[in-house]
Amino acid sequence: MKKILIVDDEPNIVMTLEYAFKKKNFEVFIARDGGEAMQILENNIPDVVLLDIMMPNVDGFQTLDHIKNSALLKDTKVVFLSAKNKVSDIEKGLKLGADKYLTKPFSIKKIVSEILGLLN
Amino acid sequence: MNNYILIIIILSYMAVLFFIAFIAEKNAKSKWVNNPYIYSLSLAVYCSAWTYYGSIGMAASSGVDFLPIYLGPVIAIPLWIILMRKIMRISKQHKVSSIADFISLRYANNRSLGALITIMCITATVPYISLQLKAVAESFAIMANETHSIGSSIFDDSTFYIALILAIFATFFGTQATDASEKHKGIVTTVAFESLLKLTFFLIIGVYVTYYLFDGTQDIYDKVSQTTDFDLLVKLPGLGGGMDWGFMILLSFTAIFLLPRQFQVSVLENSREKHLKKAIWFFPLYLLLFNIFVIFIAWAGKLSLTENANPEYFALLLPLNSDHTFLALLVFLGGLSAVISMVVVSTLALSKMISNNLIIPYGFLDKFIKAKPEVNAIYIKNIRRISIFSVIIIAYFFYNNFSIELSLYSIGLISFVIVAQLAPAFFIGLFWNRGSSLAAILGIILGFLISAYTLILPFTIEAFTGNSAFTEHGLFGISALRPYALFGIDFLSPPAHAFFWSLMANTMCYLIISLAFKGHYRERNYAEMFVDSKNYSFLQDSAFVWKGEAYVSDIKNVLIKFLGEDRTQRALNLFFRKYNIPSDTQMADARLINFSEKLLTGSIGGASAKILIAGVVKEQEISLPEVLKILEESKETISNNKALQEKSKELTDLTGKLKDANEELIVKDKQKDEFLDTVAHELKTPITGIRAASELLMDENDEMPTEVRQTFLKNIVSDSDRLSRLINNILDFEKLSTGREQLNLKKRNIQNTLKQAIGNTQHIAAKKEITIVNNNGFHYELPYDEDRILQVLTNLLSNAIKFCEPKKGVITLDYKLGNDGIEIFVKDNGKGIPQEDINYIFDKFYQSKNQNTIKPEGSGLGLAISKQIIEKHQGSIWVEKGTKVGTTFGFKLPFN
Repeated sequence: MKKILIVDDEPNIVMTLEYAFKKKNFEVFIARDGGEAMQILENNIPDVVLLDIMMPNVDGFQTLDHIKNSALLKDTKVVFLSAKNKVSDIEKGLKLGADKYLTKPFSIKKIVSEILGLLN
Repeated sequence: MNNYILIIIILSYMAVLFFIAFIAEKNAKSKWVNNPYIYSLSLAVYCSAWTYYGSIGMAASSGVDFLPIYLGPVIAIPLWIILMRKIMRISKQHKVSSIADFISLRYANNRSLGALITIMCITATVPYISLQLKAVAESFAIMANETHSIGSSIFDDSTFYIALILAIFATFFGTQATDASEKHKGIVTTVAFESLLKLTFFLIIGVYVTYYLFDGTQDIYDKVSQTTDFDLLVKLPGLGGGMDWGFMILLSFTAIFLLPRQFQVSVLENSREKHLKKAIWFFPLYLLLFNIFVIFIAWAGKLSLTENANPEYFALLLPLNSDHTFLALLVFLGGLSAVISMVVVSTLALSKMISNNLIIPYGFLDKFIKAKPEVNAIYIKNIRRISIFSVIIIAYFFYNNFSIELSLYSIGLISFVIVAQLAPAFFIGLFWNRGSSLAAILGIILGFLISAYTLILPFTIEAFTGNSAFTEHGLFGISALRPYALFGIDFLSPPAHAFFWSLMANTMCYLIISLAFKGHYRERNYAEMFVDSKNYSFLQDSAFVWKGEAYVSDIKNVLIKFLGEDRTQRALNLFFRKYNIPSDTQMADARLINFSEKLLTGSIGGASAKILIAGVVKEQEISLPEVLKILEESKETISNNKALQEKSKELTDLTGKLKDANEELIVKDKQKDEFLDTVAHELKTPITGIRAASELLMDENDEMPTEVRQTFLKNIVSDSDRLSRLINNILDFEKLSTGREQLNLKKRNIQNTLKQAIGNTQHIAAKKEITIVNNNGFHYELPYDEDRILQVLTNLLSNAIKFCEPKKGVITLDYKLGNDGIEIFVKDNGKGIPQEDINYIFDKFYQSKNQNTIKPEGSGLGLAISKQIIEKHQGSIWVEKGTKVGTTFGFKLPFN
């Protein structure tokens, strides 16, 4: 079973993603910000992290940095999912080492297929 | 008191003075030496033995007539300050070293004028010094209880030795530098010290006489009023006497400027112009204190002492009469102090005039030009040293041969009248550019002759022959020529009378001759510099108009003769740098000539400097109109430059402002971008939720469990609400911040508004079981936009509710009336705002980073909008800092 960690501070959005990935038989972890995500990552190695950027306390960039610096998480893919959709934002996200950069608002189907594509 | 003990005391006192002078010279830069009080006290060199002993003598014989001499300076002091500023600036700029230098400089360094002024000053000062010596001798005799006699041999006369010590003191501390415009800190400090002593001792004896020997001032007055000649003593001046007073005040007014010793301490020894501010009250106060007891000591002496006691020494005789020798000794030392300071400063001032205005310009210049610089420096110093000695020794012989019969008071006044002859050339010359040197010379001579006829001559004749025929009948028996009543003016006292006639003739002569003859162009040049000194000080050396051929090397050679190689080179380098001239320039211009003259003036005086420089340059005559034209042009250049500078400063300021405005625009642009970004982000969030939930509902409608579907549908509704709330708030915020929104200001009752706000939020509070308390039930009306204030209150209340714990939460509303407005508070007992957030919570879209709870609902604009609303009311909104529990928001609405 694939594991996914969803990191976002908007509960309504998280709820929809959680529902969709559970449907595809993912084990879903949820964190409301980067700090919570790091806690979860201490005990779990997800296949993919779906990461919002603008979050309170520890933001998406910091979380990505943490993942990139962890040897245990070297196989974990990171996908940004942010409302920031300027070209400069996207370039920055990819440059920092994210595997994909998806923007909000999104199509659930597209997100799911992108992630599945990434994992195969 | 024993003769020898007294001599030892005098010598010890002199030793103390030497020591003080020595210390002050060593610490010439310390703030103790450059203190405004030292300066103010040194001005009291005005109070010589004449004041110390003479005033009492005068008061004993003719009542309050001694007063005008002190009232003059007191009344004149505001004017004195104003004139002093101008005089000081000119003196500093031109390195003036004496009053003769100052006046002759005004008339283009006229050599004869400088010499004449010097002679006038010697004539006025030598008898004056001799009187100081007389005071020492007589007071010494009284102290030593010997009958005073002079003549056996000068070497038996202690006065001679005192004069000698004074000469050594003045020589030693007065000729340290060749440059006579240098300051003499040592001498000034001892003078200040002596001024302090003489006043203190005089006050002590005053108090002693009035309150110890007698029972206070009233007692003395009561007793003296029973004596026969009392009426004469307290007679206040009538009309003639009033004029007399007027002239005497005027006379002392001129003296405070023109006495060589006064010019020395007030102008030349002044280190900072701001010291004048202290002197303006300190010096008059000093003079007033000095005069408080004069009249009482005089009366007390008349009451207690025998007829033949000399009233001038009442202050000594009174304590001696009661066997209080120590007190008498203090008085004696005070008198000695007055003498020493007067003699030292006067001879110092005279020696510079004698060397720079009388001796060097008449015959020594050729010698100097040939000699080596070191030799010249010694030569110049020696001339001054010999001058000091000569003045004091001449004064001693004058005293020895003439002054026995003369009273202190009358000789003092004669001195004043002679010195007053410089007044027209000095005062009018400062403000009138037409005044010429010829006019000044003739005026002074005429004035002196008249004062000699009306004062000196009859006074000496009477004093030595006792024959008053000349006084009573006039020259050749012509009554219009009676010396004390010239042309029938018989209601003035002799000094006032002499002052009136001599000064009138002097002034008329000065004015008429100045107007009748066209002045020399050089003179007019200096006149302009003096009269318009404010403007010309900007021009500095360029204020001097000169045309001709001159070489830097020639001028340099002259300078080296007096300043030495090193100082000359340094001065020239400074000059070249100042005017941005290449240092290998060969031709000298007007500025260098003026600069060099100034450099030399300090050492050898203005007249000699002019002669020396003129000897090495070829000057071309310029016409007066041309000089005036050049001066006018250079003044214009200066003012144009100033205008240009101002313009350029304005432009710089403008550029700065533009830059600021530009930066502000950039910041504003950036802020706008950021705002739009944030708005977009905030809008996208609920849309994302709606979009995702709808998609799931659409695609998976059949398989989705009902409760999940319900949740998604509920989420869609709340996200839509959030979206519309957000849109409303953004529009509201925009409207307020662009200023398009007009407030609907009406007089409202704040109590009703508060109640309404509570009503609006009651249902949310009730849900969390939070209590809202209205603490202040009073009604108060003031103008505000009720809907908007309601919006603010509702926002603050909902925030408070949001951050309060259910059931435990208590929110308190309260208001107070301040000085200029009403202050409304919303206080909760929730978790409070973290310190680091307090400064930002009114920023738009700012939401605390430390919210551990789920994301609070709200647009992030509530407080920003509240702030806009309150500021539109000219009020302010804030969070109370340092509250221990919960948060307190406050805002203030002005009364109108």
